Amino acid sequence: MIYEPSVLATIVFFAFVGITLGLSFWLGRQAKSSQGYFAAHGQIPWFVNGVAFAGDYLSAASFLGICGMIAFYGYDGFLYSIGYLAGWIVALFIVAEPMKRLGKFTFADALNSQFDSPGIQIAAGISTLVVSVFYLIPQMVGAGALVTPLLGFDHWVGVVIVGATVMLIVVTAGMVSTTWVQFLKGSLLVFFSALMTIMLLSRGFSVENGGQDGHDFRTLGPYSPGQLAPGEMLENGNEQWTVVDSTKAWQDTDFVQLEQNGVVTVWHEVPTDDGQVRLTEAQSITETKSGETLINGLPKGKGEGQAVLHPTGYLSDLPGDQKETGAVGPLGFFSTLQQSTVIRWPKAFVFEEDSKTTVYYQKPTPGSQVLRPGEYPGFQGIRSERLIDKLNFLSLMLALFCGTASLPHILIRYYTVKDETAARKSTIVGISAIGFFYILSLYIGLGAMTSGALDVTNSNMAAPLLARSMAEWLFAAISAIAFTTVLGTVSGLILASAGAVTHDLVGRLSSHKMNDTEQVRLAKLSSMGVGVVAIILGIVFEKMNVSYLVGWAFSVAASANLPSLVMLLFWKGTTKEGIITALLVGMTSSLGWILLSEDTFTQVYGLSADQALVPFSQPGIVTIPLGFLTLIVVSLLTQPKKQEAA
Amino acid sequence: MFDSPNGRIAMILFVVYLVLYSGFMLINVFAPAMMDETPLAGVNLAIWYGFLLIAAAIFLAFLYGALCRPSSEDRDNAKGGQQ
Repeated sequence: MIYEPSVLATIVFFAFVGITLGLSFWLGRQAKSSQGYFAAHGQIPWFVNGVAFAGDYLSAASFLGICGMIAFYGYDGFLYSIGYLAGWIVALFIVAEPMKRLGKFTFADALNSQFDSPGIQIAAGISTLVVSVFYLIPQMVGAGALVTPLLGFDHWVGVVIVGATVMLIVVTAGMVSTTWVQFLKGSLLVFFSALMTIMLLSRGFSVENGGQDGHDFRTLGPYSPGQLAPGEMLENGNEQWTVVDSTKAWQDTDFVQLEQNGVVTVWHEVPTDDGQVRLTEAQSITETKSGETLINGLPKGKGEGQAVLHPTGYLSDLPGDQKETGAVGPLGFFSTLQQSTVIRWPKAFVFEEDSKTTVYYQKPTPGSQVLRPGEYPGFQGIRSERLIDKLNFLSLMLALFCGTASLPHILIRYYTVKDETAARKSTIVGISAIGFFYILSLYIGLGAMTSGALDVTNSNMAAPLLARSMAEWLFAAISAIAFTTVLGTVSGLILASAGAVTHDLVGRLSSHKMNDTEQVRLAKLSSMGVGVVAIILGIVFEKMNVSYLVGWAFSVAASANLPSLVMLLFWKGTTKEGIITALLVGMTSSLGWILLSEDTFTQVYGLSADQALVPFSQPGIVTIPLGFLTLIVVSLLTQPKKQEAA
Repeated sequence: MFDSPNGRIAMILFVVYLVLYSGFMLINVFAPAMMDETPLAGVNLAIWYGFLLIAAAIFLAFLYGALCRPSSEDRDNAKGGQQ
């Protein structure tokens, strides 16, 4: 789709970002020492820190990715909400208080509290850096997804703007300002999401034939198969089409190309009960080797003789043949949808010698199917008879459960409060805010699915486009908040990475003992480096759903960090060798698994799924136990010879 | 870590949540058709169970906060001790 920039949205957006930056710089003046820069002197009030947890956690992935996945596939996106929140239970009951008690600046401090081992510090520092970079990718992709409809820029411009702004924030500020920005943003995000949900419920549902641009998607037929032979004429009212003599690549699909006034469009063949075929209008993007892009058979653009994709997302049936429901209640929202039919738009590819066409076609889906798990391609295996097909789902849910308490930018927030009680209280506040938001995420995602404003090419834009479908000011506010969400989360991640580089890596590897000023300077330089890497990766991974990418970050975090953290707290036999090996094995095995998985082969390398070298995409169910096992075995092999008092 | 009263409370509450979460995963994997059932108000089990898990997380968090006692370090801090 091509987006028209909105003046109001742009003004609100820049005002919001300006205030955020101003606040950030003003508060950042206090952060001159490394204790202030990395840990806000441990003086952040617990309530503020709790809401800031929500601000950190409700990142681009939560807001854009989950809503987008729900909007495209239904309930499956909500599985992420459930898993992300469940992870906080591990954080609260197992990690929060010990982290505060054992550490000072970084996650590595806590792991190393009993050993004072350079090996642990370096391995944990590397792991922090890897997890942070993995988690940064979806944030940057989300940034691009936001700026595109808001300002009309290309995706890469959005990524560069966020990268540059965040580097400015982190270089000039530190943990104090990052925390207050997250507090502000977390509060606003929850408030505006609640407002959007109320507006959604009062709007209710209606039956439509197309999206918000007023285009009605047509259905032709039914026809007998012979009527669809090349050269045959099809009529519908005053309109006429000729069936195109398509190449074999098209003949092997259930799509038909029809020509009208020199323009070739794509239609989906839907068999009827009596052996005939109806044709439903599809949408297509054809990219030729010469670099031309055709949308529905015409050059891409908004001028005369050009075309853009139509927005989608609507219901074709409501219960009791209603045309619209009026306002619905919080439960009525689901029960109505349960009995309706949603038009979803899956995609298929047709490869010809000199072009690749992506076809988006109508798929009427019962609401009952949309509201249950198993529609997202990655989770369809749960309805399979084979256990191996179910493992991808189990693996993801395990990684989400274990991943939260292993995320570096979440863990460092335990050092910004004064004691263990404050760490506990702030986690409780965080869980409440995040849990409430995740309930709203289901309404927002399903609202986007039926908003008539969906961009079939990009699930990450569903929530902002839903807001735009309701009111321009809401779109402006939601986009600005979501953008600062990205800014805040990216700032936190870059700070965590900078802490790892400065404190855990250079601090341990260098023979020169850095003073406070040198530490802060190195942290700022590291922030710049990580920022540049994040920008590049954010551009490369543009088309992937950000929530899915976050699932990977959780898998790496859970596999690398959690076994060491948990075993250190639970098992007195843990040795430094066990921790170092578990960190490295967990990290490399989960990373390796991801790089060899079907999703990476198809979506990143552009190869066939059959070439993937591991049986399912999510590594957690293999690599998290592997991390624990490694730690136990290596610790048993490296027990101190003399019995020491515990 | 779990020798302290707070640690024991944390462990019990953690196990309660773990059972609920595992139940959700196992139903999805071994009896996915159950998630289609609409036990109440025309809303299916998948949504009810999802909301239950979120509500349970918030409830258990508050319960833990209410049952916990300040740690010795916190008491020292409250008396003005060095952090």
